[in-house]
Amino acid sequence: MNYQFDFSFLWDPDNAYWRDILHGTWLTVQLTVLAIVLGFALGAACAIGSTSRIPSLRRAIAVYVEIIRNTPLLVQVFWLFFGLASLGFKFSAFSAAVLALTINIAAYTSEIIRSGIESVRKGQIEAAESLGLSRMQLLFDVVLPPAIERVLPSLAGQFVLMMLATSIMAQISTEELMAAASRIQSETFRGFEIYIVVAVVYLALAMALRLSFAFLAWAAFPRRRRLGTPV
Amino acid sequence: MTLHAIAPASTAEPAQATPMVRFNDVHKSFGIVEVLKGISFAVGRGEVVCLIGRSGSGKSTALRCINGLERITTGSIDVCGHAVTPDGKADLHAVRKRVGIVFQSYNLFPHLTVEQNITLAPRRVKKTAPTEARALAADVLAKVGLSDKIASYPEQLSGGQQQRVAIARALAMQPEVMLFDEVTSALDPELTGEVLKVMEDLARGGMTMVLVTHEMAFASRVADKIIFMHKGRVHETGPRDLLSRPETPELRQFVGTGL
Ligand SMILES: Nc1ncnc2c1ncn2[C@@H]1O[C@H](COP(=O)(O)OP(=O)(O)O)[C@@H](O)[C@H]1O
Ligand SMILES: [Mg+2]
Repeated sequence: MNYQFDFSFLWDPDNAYWRDILHGTWLTVQLTVLAIVLGFALGAACAIGSTSRIPSLRRAIAVYVEIIRNTPLLVQVFWLFFGLASLGFKFSAFSAAVLALTINIAAYTSEIIRSGIESVRKGQIEAAESLGLSRMQLLFDVVLPPAIERVLPSLAGQFVLMMLATSIMAQISTEELMAAASRIQSETFRGFEIYIVVAVVYLALAMALRLSFAFLAWAAFPRRRRLGTPV
Repeated sequence: MTLHAIAPASTAEPAQATPMVRFNDVHKSFGIVEVLKGISFAVGRGEVVCLIGRSGSGKSTALRCINGLERITTGSIDVCGHAVTPDGKADLHAVRKRVGIVFQSYNLFPHLTVEQNITLAPRRVKKTAPTEARALAADVLAKVGLSDKIASYPEQLSGGQQQRVAIARALAMQPEVMLFDEVTSALDPELTGEVLKVMEDLARGGMTMVLVTHEMAFASRVADKIIFMHKGRVHETGPRDLLSRPETPELRQFVGTGL
């Protein structure tokens, strides 16, 4: 074993592969941010809906959540990208990826936020009702803030997992980080090096994501700031 | 504060004639278990009424029916000129704006400061302007002697302080009636005094109050009327010295053992 590490292909003058890495990373970041924002909104809406008084809405949400959490993400993507395409609904690879990730992460987000909502003590809800708050005011002022504060670490963990899972979008030829890496490897045969580079980039992205959430918690939840409760 | 025009202060009528709260043969069942078996009593303006009785006799349930936290099964309750009925809804919002309640377990909102706990309902429900709401918070906090805790979070306060904040939070809605459900029962004995004192001040200030309590000394000192509940019924009623001369064997036994 005397393998010669050689990372020089990255800045090969004819074919600056670092640009491809950068471009792939940027696409991964876009996929991640879009899916987190949209998935959080959809997931929070589902969590709220699953506490509604309308049984059919609760059931529909439960079915959606269970289907998504018990099937592979890859199947969900393929179904959206190839399956729906054969029915005439055509998406670009990027749109299909964002849609699949959103639908996927929203199901997990819904369950996590629901557990947060259920952890809010009944007495606080009764106090808010007794003060005359409407159902919506109760939800947004009394229930959701402590619920989300409590589950933020779980949410952050789930979002990091999702960011890592964006790598499978290479399968529908979204030009994200993993797809870029595969192409570079097939052109340079430097698989050992390129996947080290890619792993380091994913690691850095995951760290950045966790840091962002820590900052978000600090900014959004003044109680943590004041009392120094760790996130 | 808009005083509800059901009992003009100028009329010389006795308080009893225009009650703030009146139970009219109220029944309440949880499933097949009947917990309130036909309750009737009235609370006049400015009166302090204490509900006493054994655990499980239906005191909390009766109190919680007043502001609709529990829905009554039959009968009705008149609250500040509004009717609480078995079908629920109708006047519930109007009732809740006029009735404050304090619970055994404080139930402060943990993610909000003391000030935010107090200003939330006035701002949201009455659309009070923020500056005005803050002035209100300062005012009610002074009443409960906690002006220095305005910026604290609930978890930074003792149980007695949290309970006084809960009282202040209810007072900020400028209620016409205050309900208290065993508000000192969760407190260490050395902290009950500060809460009872706040309640006594309120009573002396003319607040209409209905309270469930195990503090017999407090009831005997402050109550205008004591209602002894037993097995879902009003078993014996009397003025504040009721406990020193109980008539029914059940109350006599309760006084003998329950103190
Ligand atoms: N939400 C509920 N569901 C079923 N039973 C209840 C509920 N709340 C109270 N009860 C029952 O009603 C009875 C009266 O309770 P409660 O009003 O809390 O009594 P008290 O306050 O006098 O101790 C008890 O037997 C209690 O178990
Ligand atoms: Mg009780």
